[in-house]
Amino acid sequence: MQNGKINKIWSILGSVPDPEIPVISVVELGVIRDVELIENQYVISVTPTYSGCPAVKTFQDDIKTQLKVNDIHNFKIDIVYKPAWTTDWMTKETKEKLKKYGISPPGKTVQCPQCDSKNIELISEFGATACKSMHKCVECLEPFEHFKCI
Amino acid sequence: MLDLEKYILRIADSALIISHRLSEWCSKGPTLEEDIALSNISLDLLGQANSLLEYCASINGKISADDLAFKRNKKEFYNFQICELENGHFGDTIIRQFLFDSYTLLFFQKLSESKDETLSAIATKSIKEIKYHLRHSSNWVIRLGDGTSLSKEKIQNSLNNIWKFTGEFFEMDELDKKMVKNNIGVDVYQLKNEWNNIINATFERAKIQRPDDSVMITGSKKGVHTELLEKILSEMQYLPRAYPDAKW
Repeated sequence: MQNGKINKIWSILGSVPDPEIPVISVVELGVIRDVELIENQYVISVTPTYSGCPAVKTFQDDIKTQLKVNDIHNFKIDIVYKPAWTTDWMTKETKEKLKKYGISPPGKTVQCPQCDSKNIELISEFGATACKSMHKCVECLEPFEHFKCI
Repeated sequence: MLDLEKYILRIADSALIISHRLSEWCSKGPTLEEDIALSNISLDLLGQANSLLEYCASINGKISADDLAFKRNKKEFYNFQICELENGHFGDTIIRQFLFDSYTLLFFQKLSESKDETLSAIATKSIKEIKYHLRHSSNWVIRLGDGTSLSKEKIQNSLNNIWKFTGEFFEMDELDKKMVKNNIGVDVYQLKNEWNNIINATFERAKIQRPDDSVMITGSKKGVHTELLEKILSEMQYLPRAYPDAKW
């Protein structure tokens, strides 16, 4: 029964999109670290991506809304810092979704998400969000964003 | 106020105030990329300050992180004075950021070994961000120093003018020593050599001269600041002080 409810919470969380990259969910992003039942309350442990990422507050609000819509009220969200979030937690499938969306996924090399060329140029180490840098493909000339590896 | 709270505030305040300074570049950067870069760095530092202030507030139990940021007066802030200096031109900001990044990276690396688990966790997380900031600021020091004769002259002047504010990085008072003894805080005396190595190597690549240590500015551990901090606080704290019930 309890496990069923925890699984249900995980599946609800799986439907909450990342506010800035809506093709992946907060679970796929790797920020949900745990869901536990402690003294009749579901404790959802969340870790921030970057310390100042404004999306952290937004997705916490989205999580609260979605859980309440699904009639789950006895929960709280705990912020945990350790272990620090890393892009290593992203699965292969998640990285594939990013690529399809036009964002070069985190990895050892930066590749053009359009033509797979490794012949690329860095435009800026910082991008529109804390987690991305900006590049240009020298082969197909398309500019693209890269999800930084941290 | 407990010793630990005060120790956390010292770390948090430097991040908060330099973050505010960097945010002043937003929409005024020399190029779009740099505007975004400085704003992103500002945001990371604001996040670090927020994590630390939240922790401080949780120890205190009676005040919130917002109270700490918005309801303290100038003398109750403990940031390094280098953090409150005006942005000046781009080179001034870059030098200030480079000196701060290189120091805080070493500081947080040691703090990540703290016996205090929350401080250790916040430090571990911040290191990843600061490394990226340092890469950005040191690359710019090299580009400007080893650039045109004008950019070289400008960044050398920036360094000469700000140098006297770096002495505060390596000061320790009784509180710091107590924190070191309890395996919570960082012995900053031990960071000096490595910091010298980092900055000297960058100055060498940038072909600029490290200034001589003459008189160093001191006082922030006692809440002593330049008049510039007042201007920052009057802007930063205006809204919550003028409209105490405002929600955002």
